[in-house]
This record gives sequence, structure tokens and C-alpha cells, in this order.
Amino acid sequence: MKEAIGLSEATILDERKRQVHRTGQGELDLACNTDSLAGAVSQRACVFCGSRVVLYPIADALHLVHGPIGCAVYTWDIRGALSSGPELHRLSFSTDLKEKDVIFGGEKKLEAALNELIDRHQPKAAFVYSTCIVGLIGDDLEAVCRRVGEAKGIPVLPVQSEGFKGNKREGYKAACNAMWKLVGTAPIDDIPPLSVNILGDFNLAGEIWMVREYFQRMGVNVVANVTGDGRVHDIRRSHGAKLNLVQCSGATMDLAKMMKDEYGIPFIRVSYLGIEDMADSLYQVADFFQDQDPTIVERTAELVRSELSQLMPKLAELRKDLEGKRVAIYVGGAFKAFSLLKAFRHLGMQVVLVGSQTGTKEDYEELERITDPGTIIVDDANPLELSAFIKEKGVDLFVGGVKERPIAYKLGLGFCDHNHERKIALAGFEGMYNFAKEVHLSATSPVWRFVPRREQTPLEVTHG
Amino acid sequence: MAESYVSTTNACKLCTPLGAALAFKGVQGAVPFLHGSQGCATYMRRYVISHFREPVDIASSALGEKHAVYGGGPNLKQGILNVMKKYSPALVGVASTCLTETIGDDVPMLLAEFRREFSDLNPPELVHVSTPSYMGTHTDGWRNTVLSLTRQLCTETSQANETVNVFPTLCSCEDLRIFKAMFREYGLTPVILPDYSDTLDGPALAEYEPIPAGGTPIAAIKAMSGATASLDLGRCLPKDTAGADLETRFGVDNLRLGMPMGLRESDAMHHALSRISGKDMPKHIVQQRGRLVDALVDGHKYVSGARAVVYGEEDLVAGLASFLTEVGIDVVLAATGSEKCGLDSAVREVTEDLGRVETEVRMGVDFHEIAERAGQLKPDLLVGHSKGYRYAREWNIPLVRVGFPVHDRFGAQRIATLGYTGAQQMFDRIVNAVLDKRQADSPVGYGYQ
Repeated sequence: MKEAIGLSEATILDERKRQVHRTGQGELDLACNTDSLAGAVSQRACVFCGSRVVLYPIADALHLVHGPIGCAVYTWDIRGALSSGPELHRLSFSTDLKEKDVIFGGEKKLEAALNELIDRHQPKAAFVYSTCIVGLIGDDLEAVCRRVGEAKGIPVLPVQSEGFKGNKREGYKAACNAMWKLVGTAPIDDIPPLSVNILGDFNLAGEIWMVREYFQRMGVNVVANVTGDGRVHDIRRSHGAKLNLVQCSGATMDLAKMMKDEYGIPFIRVSYLGIEDMADSLYQVADFFQDQDPTIVERTAELVRSELSQLMPKLAELRKDLEGKRVAIYVGGAFKAFSLLKAFRHLGMQVVLVGSQTGTKEDYEELERITDPGTIIVDDANPLELSAFIKEKGVDLFVGGVKERPIAYKLGLGFCDHNHERKIALAGFEGMYNFAKEVHLSATSPVWRFVPRREQTPLEVTHG
Repeated sequence: MAESYVSTTNACKLCTPLGAALAFKGVQGAVPFLHGSQGCATYMRRYVISHFREPVDIASSALGEKHAVYGGGPNLKQGILNVMKKYSPALVGVASTCLTETIGDDVPMLLAEFRREFSDLNPPELVHVSTPSYMGTHTDGWRNTVLSLTRQLCTETSQANETVNVFPTLCSCEDLRIFKAMFREYGLTPVILPDYSDTLDGPALAEYEPIPAGGTPIAAIKAMSGATASLDLGRCLPKDTAGADLETRFGVDNLRLGMPMGLRESDAMHHALSRISGKDMPKHIVQQRGRLVDALVDGHKYVSGARAVVYGEEDLVAGLASFLTEVGIDVVLAATGSEKCGLDSAVREVTEDLGRVETEVRMGVDFHEIAERAGQLKPDLLVGHSKGYRYAREWNIPLVRVGFPVHDRFGAQRIATLGYTGAQQMFDRIVNAVLDKRQADSPVGYGYQ
């Protein structure tokens, strides 16, 4: 074991040593929310990515990427964010800047592209994403957007998402700033008193529909989805909601804070992943509205009871095969990791590694509090570190995204995709079952018996 | 088609640095390194991983705002040092991005400084390529990288050796293996650049390899000046290529021919190998060819007159147009996102005197334009990468997946297109796609066809 720890340590670049911690071993003083280290092969993307993931699911808006083709093409229809209506978000629009645009400026092209695309698609709003190059050549995005917006009569919103201006978190902020310009621009007279906005759910595989159904059963109305299955008009009147529910660590928190400051709308942090967090989120909402609707708490309790009575026996069945298996978690936002930790406890599985791309100091303190001693906590990890940690901890199953999957598979571990590209709904009580089932299907596959890390015994050959 | 679009919708191309990263992945012991912001490397990793289903590490200088103002040199150097510490690479392939090209970082100078400053650390080979995303496509990035590798690594005259340099365009890992087998048949030793047949399609492992085994050995690239000949593959090549460069500098005979897709292009390839080796086509290749022709005859009526739209990289499209026309499919539209790449004359070369229809060629187009034109042409079949799926679905016609990326099917790295065996597999897939559609559409549901 000592040797394995030594090997892991050797994999960590000196500059990154402060971004790795082991629960219970010394004071937690994790360096985080810093720029990624050059040459470290971070799993993080950029500011543009942060903005793009947050705004992407707004289905009736035009999403125009102002820059060379790469930024648009790598983000074309890659997420499982579903829409119940228009699907404009699934197309990839770019100004496709060329060398002469870089020299002479891209404003004219941007304006022409906006006019062309707005005429063609008649969107309810347009988001114009700035990329690295635009930040350098100094195009006046604000002015172009204002001009086109006035001419076309729709909001045309610049998103200041130049890739190099920080990490993904900056991108979340830029996205919130863009959405903020929509909030408060439509009438709210018909919004009922028991009403919320859902922030930070992206309707992957239809998850927001599941959550909305719970609220419907509780008698709570949803004004705006921010942004899963999102609509421009809903966001414009989202200031009419009485409460904001904020999921996902960083993505939409800035918007919730702005709405609190400007409109006095309180927010609570919620999570729809896992049993406790899902139930707790519903109870928090019920508690908030109980003065106005004294029966809401009872209705909510009934909902949770009925869902759990169906779920728990099914989970117990799966747990039998999973008990004691060791799990590694590496995700984008740390908040998701909290919920996953609890979810794995229900399956009897032991989390031995947990990390995130964009966790904050508070996030990591919370992780240290809820993880078992010796658990590796890591910020902004890279493939070499992750592979060494996997080896050291004897991990059986990895939870992560596209970039982590081949590392796990190469070494012969089970894998659960918990990224924005997944097609399986993992939220809510039903999602907890889907999650458990996916983990079970992977972890119990016979293929692990044939991978090199397991000893192979050839089938016996008998003499006939 | 007089309308001229300003914007691009659903591009039919990728950006230049992606081509560079893929090409560098095919060099033994190499780590691709993008000099730019962190996002470029991560996005491309995700894109490439989703196709090959393998770990794809691409380092980045992870530039931030202050570097955009003061220059990215310090981060580039620190980044290379960090890659050296953790990957012990034999080569770091530095590709620029739009960010670093625009702020004016002089990468060759920075690398020269690096070699001087850290000479005591015995730095790896450092190869640089200029790949601003606002110029060209991933195909240009690929070619410029291959050219940079030969230019910067092969600088001295080597002893004459028996090898043959091969410069393919983007193809699958299986295709690279087909190349090797083809050469073996003639007793020739190819040096294929790049060769990611192992690095992007490796075995399951007990120990993680920081840099996957395989790739073109650096020593072999350095010895390219002594090769018997070079094969510069592709009908849409620019004047400056690795093969042309080696011919100019070292007098290595450079043969230009199309990627060996379909019967005639494969014949040309075998003819060249036969000429270089002085050996006749081996018997079992004659058999392979014979079986292919036999299959073309057996299957011709299923596909004859089917209308196909092909799209993707220019040389892939030229190769597909050639092959599809051979089997009696009417290629009604051949499209690529690359501009002014010579696809029009390449398609003419391979289809005239053979095709029943004149193939319309469109260059510099996106899927919006392809779809608009194809909507009028009413194709029965799409042939190209995954990103055409939404149109195949809309028109309820089959998409035969070839090229990069294949993000919605399994086994992209094993799709064979080259040589007689590749043509055979492609033909089987196309015929079966047509039969599958016919069967699904039929009210009878015949169990034999």
C-alpha cells in the first residue's frame, strides 16, 4: 500500500501537490478555483465552455458562436438536454471567422450572420458567444447586438465568454449575466403564489420533467426552467416566482443572487440526485410554502413515501451484488459529488476517491466532512493522477464523463457516465433506480474477469 | 445556387489544431501540445476520444488573460517542462491556436530558447506547426503537421534503406493496418506517417501507459531521406507536402496517387508497390481482388442507380466518389467543408468515363447547404461521418458511416475502407444498408432478398 501511495505521489506535479488531500490526514488546505497548470493535461475546458453548457438548453434561442469554426463544431448537439418543443439549440451556428476577419475585424460578419440566422429561424432571442479571438481583435459585441436587437425586435445578448479569461466558472458567470438581461422583461400578473424557478438543471434525458412532475403533485408551479427545456419567455418572467431552487454548484448561483438582490426572491440549494437529497429538496420547498398551503408538507411526505416504497426494495436487490465495491468519482462540479457519495452509501459501495474540476474551498471542506478517512480528494485532476489513484485504491467502478471513461476502461474498471452527454435520467427517485441499475450493469459484467488486472484461468480442456 | 451564406450552420469541417493533434498522436513517444487556452485541448480530446474510445492526452499551455497580453512564452515553457516530468516524451508536438497566432507568439523562437535554457535536462524533440483555427480545416492541420515532422526531424541525408515513406490522409486504425499488410505482401517496409494504429486502438492494460505504445519511430522519420520512395496519398494534395519536400531536399522519388479506395485506386497502389519492389502481385492478393470483383457483380443490382450524397474530408470524398461510381451508384453530390481544395478536379478524374451522372461537387460548404442541395437531389443514401445522421433521419434514408468522427456507432477505429479488403467491407456494408432499408420499408417483409 505504501508503495502504491508513493507511486501516486510521484505522479503529482509539485505545483499541484496542494490540490490533493486525503481525508483525515492533516489540515485540509486545498488550493482550488485557480488557473489550470500548463502541461498538466487538465480535464477542464474554458470560459466559453462554461457559458455554452449553461445556456445551451434554451431551446427557442439562437446560439451563435462568434469565432473560428472549432468552438462551434465541438459543441454541436453533444448534450442530452431535451426540449419538449423547439430544438433550435441542437444546431450549431458560427460566424466561422477567417484570417481576413481577424485582421479587419469581425463585426460586419457578425451583424450579417445575425440578420441571416434570425430571419431564417425566427428565434425568441439570440445569444452571441465571444471566443478567444474576439476578445483579442476587439469586436464591439455589445454595439452589434444592440443594433440587431433593435432592428429585429428580439433580445440579442452578448455572452462575454472569451476562452482564456479564466476557467469554466467565469463562463457560468458570463452566462448568468446574459440571462440577467432577460429577467424582468415580461409581465408576471398571472403567476400563482406557489411558484418556483428551477435553476441549474439541464433536462438531461428528461430529468427536469421528472422533477416538475413532483412539484406538480405537491401543487407547486414552475415559472422558468433555467435552463433545461428552457424558453426565453419563461426566463423573462422568472422574477415572478416566489422561490429559486438552485442545483449544480456554480452554474446558476450568480443569477439566483442577482434575483435576490434585485427582486428579493430567496433561493435554496437543492439536488435532485440520490434519495436524501431529492426528498430533502422537496421538503425544503414544502416548508417554504407551508404558511400559504398548510397541507403541502403532508402531500410532500405522501409523495416521498409512495416513491420510496417502490424504490427501496428494488435498490436492496441491486445492493446485494454491489456491497463493498470501491468507487472513484470525478465530476465537473463538486455539488454533484455530494449527492453521489450519499447515493453510493445506499448501494453499500465505498467511495475512495472524489474530485471535481471546479470545486470551491467550501465544497472541499464539505467533502472532507462526509468522506471516510483516507479518501483522496482532488481538484482539477488529470489522466495520470486519476490512473495512479485508481491503482492505489483498487477501484472497481468510476463515475465521470467522456474524458474519464477511457482511463477506466483501459484499466478494466466499471464505469457510470454522469456527464452532460448521458442519455439516461439519473435525477429523482426514478433516476436513483436508473443510476443503481447502470452501476450494477457495469460492475457485474463478466468482462472484468478477462481484463489484465485479473488473473486469467483458461477453461479446462478435457480428453474425449 | 447563387445564394451566398454569411454564417455557418452545422459545419462539415473541424479546426486545424485537431488535425495536428491527431497527426502527432501517430508518432512514437509523442505528446501533442496545444499552445493556447485550456479549452481547445479539452474539447478536442473529448471529440477524438468519442471516436476512438481510447485515452487521448493532449497537453495545453493553458493560457490566461495575462498571457494574452504579455505573451504565452513562459506558459509554453513551463508546460513542456511539466509534460517532460510526467510523460517523459520522446517528442512534444506543439501546435499553435488562433489565440497564440493572434497575439503573435513566435513558437519556433520560444522552442529554440527552451532548448538552450534547458539543455541540461536533455529535452525531447520539439516539433512545431502553425495551426490557427481561422485558416483551413483539420485536413490542413494534419498535412502541415506531417510536413513539419519531416522538415524538422529529417534534416540529414541517411544511408539508403529499403523503406518506403507513406503519407496517408486521415483514416481509421484498421486502414493503417491494411497499409502495413499491403506492404508486407511485397516484402517492403513502410514508414507510415502518422501511424496511430496502436496508439489510438490499443489493448486492455494492467498498468496505465502515460503515452500509449506504438506510432512512427522518430528514428524512422529521421531516416526518411534514405527511403526508396515516398507515396504521397490523396488527389487533393497541395504542392507542399512531406513527399514533395523529401524529393526536393533528398531526391527521394515521390509518387502521387489517390488513397487506395475502391478497385481502381487500389489497383494503382498495388501497381506502385509492385514497381517499387520488383515483385508481381502476390497470389492471395490476386485472389482478394478477384473476390472483390466477384462481389461487385453479385451485388451490383442492389445498388445500381442508387443516388448517393458523400461528404467529409476532400480526399475521403474523392476516394468514396471513385468507389461508389465503380459499383454503379450515382454520386449526385460530393461535398466538403474545405475551400479551394481541388475536389472538383479530383472527382472528375475518378468518375469521368464511368459514371452515369455528372457528380456535382461543392467545396467550402456546411451541412445547411449540403442539406438544401440534397433536398432537391433526393438521394437514396448518405455516405460520410456521424454528423450527417440528422439529415439521414429526416429523409429516412440510410447513412453508411465512414470517416471521422463516428460518434454514434461502435468500432469506428476498425472501419476498413482501403485496399481490396476495405473495398469489400465497404461494399458489403453499403449493399446491406440498402437491403435493410428495402426490407424495413416492405409491407411483405421477405426473409430472403
